[in-house]
Amino acid sequence: MTTTTKGSATEMPGDGPPPSQKSLLTGSLPRYAAPALLAATAALAAGVLLAFGALGIAQFAVFTVIAYAVVISIASRVVENRRQATDRLVTTIVYACFGLAMVPLVSLLWTVLSEGLARLDLYFLTVSMNGVTPSMDAGGVYHAIVGTIAITGLAAVISIPIGLLTSIYLVEYGQGRLKQAITFFVDVMTGIPSIVAGLFVVALWMMIFGPGKTNGAAGAIALSVLMIPVVVRSCEEMLRLVPNELREASYALGVPKWLTVVKVVLPTAIAGITTGVMLALARVIGETAPLILTAGSSAVAINWNLFNGQMMSLPVFIYSQVRMGGAINYERAWAAALALIVVVMLLFFLARLVSRFFAPNLSR
Amino acid sequence: MAKRIDVSGLHVFYGDFKAVEDVSMTIEPRSVTAFIGSSGCGKSTFLRTLNRMHEVTPGARVQGKVMLDDQDVYGPDVDPVAVRREIGMVFQRPNPFPTMSIYDNVIAGAKLNNQRMPKAKADDLVERSLRGANLWEEVKDRLTRPGAGLSGGQQQRLCIARAIAVEPAVLLMDEPCSALDPISTLAIEDLIAKLKENYTIVIVTHNMQQAARVSDVTAFFNLAGTGKPGRLIEMGETNKIFTKPEKKETENYITGRFG
Repeated sequence: MTTTTKGSATEMPGDGPPPSQKSLLTGSLPRYAAPALLAATAALAAGVLLAFGALGIAQFAVFTVIAYAVVISIASRVVENRRQATDRLVTTIVYACFGLAMVPLVSLLWTVLSEGLARLDLYFLTVSMNGVTPSMDAGGVYHAIVGTIAITGLAAVISIPIGLLTSIYLVEYGQGRLKQAITFFVDVMTGIPSIVAGLFVVALWMMIFGPGKTNGAAGAIALSVLMIPVVVRSCEEMLRLVPNELREASYALGVPKWLTVVKVVLPTAIAGITTGVMLALARVIGETAPLILTAGSSAVAINWNLFNGQMMSLPVFIYSQVRMGGAINYERAWAAALALIVVVMLLFFLARLVSRFFAPNLSR
Repeated sequence: MAKRIDVSGLHVFYGDFKAVEDVSMTIEPRSVTAFIGSSGCGKSTFLRTLNRMHEVTPGARVQGKVMLDDQDVYGPDVDPVAVRREIGMVFQRPNPFPTMSIYDNVIAGAKLNNQRMPKAKADDLVERSLRGANLWEEVKDRLTRPGAGLSGGQQQRLCIARAIAVEPAVLLMDEPCSALDPISTLAIEDLIAKLKENYTIVIVTHNMQQAARVSDVTAFFNLAGTGKPGRLIEMGETNKIFTKPEKKETENYITGRFG
């Protein structure tokens, strides 16, 4: 590349206008300059901080990043040009911000892993807290896992059909006032605080079954109230992404509208819909407040029955253990938190598999 | 199999906007009719009214009469779905279904309608349609591969195969070659010449050479003015339109003095 540029510059016709004095060449920092400068500033930062006796990870990182940003900008300004210097400065800032954003995530995962792994064993996962006093070194989280699976499972069974059909209505059929009204109320519902959804269901159960009759199903209804709008929103976006040309192609073959929706639109959008549904599920699986109000916070035994008695769930288990305040309770809470994260991650893994299985194969 | 289309006094509206005004024409069976005219003059809109595809757009409506042989396409008890099975359509951009294989794309008309057909019959239909679209030799070894993996020209021929697999009487083509390279265009034009033995073909094109090459009859559309509806200016034998048009407007357009 460079040789051709030089060649064409020297081969300028002699009788034309005088060749431009602007050179295409500019100085550039060698490839090793950036890592070398980073290492140097890191060493410098460590040295200075040691001299002041204030060496800590946070101070070290902040000091290194600032020093490196200054040094690389000046070096680039001197050797290269202003545009390159700005580029290097902004690159440094972007990387630093990325690092900053990763800090809470990594730190959270690290804390949960280090605090939770100690207690998270097969015993913990397979026994309930039935007959275990709060300070006893025994008991497990099985009943809470059962509750979480049953309650969110029922919530999903209720919300996914309602949400998906609503989004199909909004994208494929809805017109005029009714569509606007539904969109508006779905938006409003996305903003409902979860505790309000819980209160609503408590009031509903009070009205229908009388006081003190709340159960797992009540929790599932409360979660559905939170989950439906999220499912509607994400499925709506995915259905809108299906190109209109495919619908027209189907109509032109003499296929009625409902079959077009079922056999062309939905299969094309299925990967996105699965991801959207899983995100909605992940949002409600960690809900605590509505479940404390509805499914209860004091269940200790395994209860698969959604329609009778209290039901523990993982987030509520964490909450109630932390409330008890003993060392062993904290250990249980951390282990349960780790179990909850694992459950959510398994769900996402499943979603990836499902969407890969259904996704249109576009490879040549 | 091919049928005649008879249009009289057709007006097309989008909401309050009149897009096409007072078109009357007869489209003969077993012939190729080309619609030419500048962009936005309503030729595609008019084409879409022939198989009631324009109704898919919200607010679109039609006044006037379209007869398919002796049946009124806009009759009160007519099901638009049935009309579209009789009058097939190929679009500007190739649009095979991305979730389906080549094989399934061809029999999509039956498959999407939940019609069951024996494997042998389906195989036969796929081969016949792909041969009809001059695509069989190129894809016969990879029928189970996704249709979206073909080249643009092959995809368009796949769409034509898909359209003729439902055995329509009329085939509407809305600028079928505008997204294709010259070689694929040639393949499609050869195909049109072959298809006209069995079908009534209507093709919208921006390419006047193409209209001259493939069509028997040419119809020239133009706008009455900016913001005014499009009208049918002149219709006649293709070589007459391109050599001795009756109207000044037509002559200006085909000699390239505007548009």
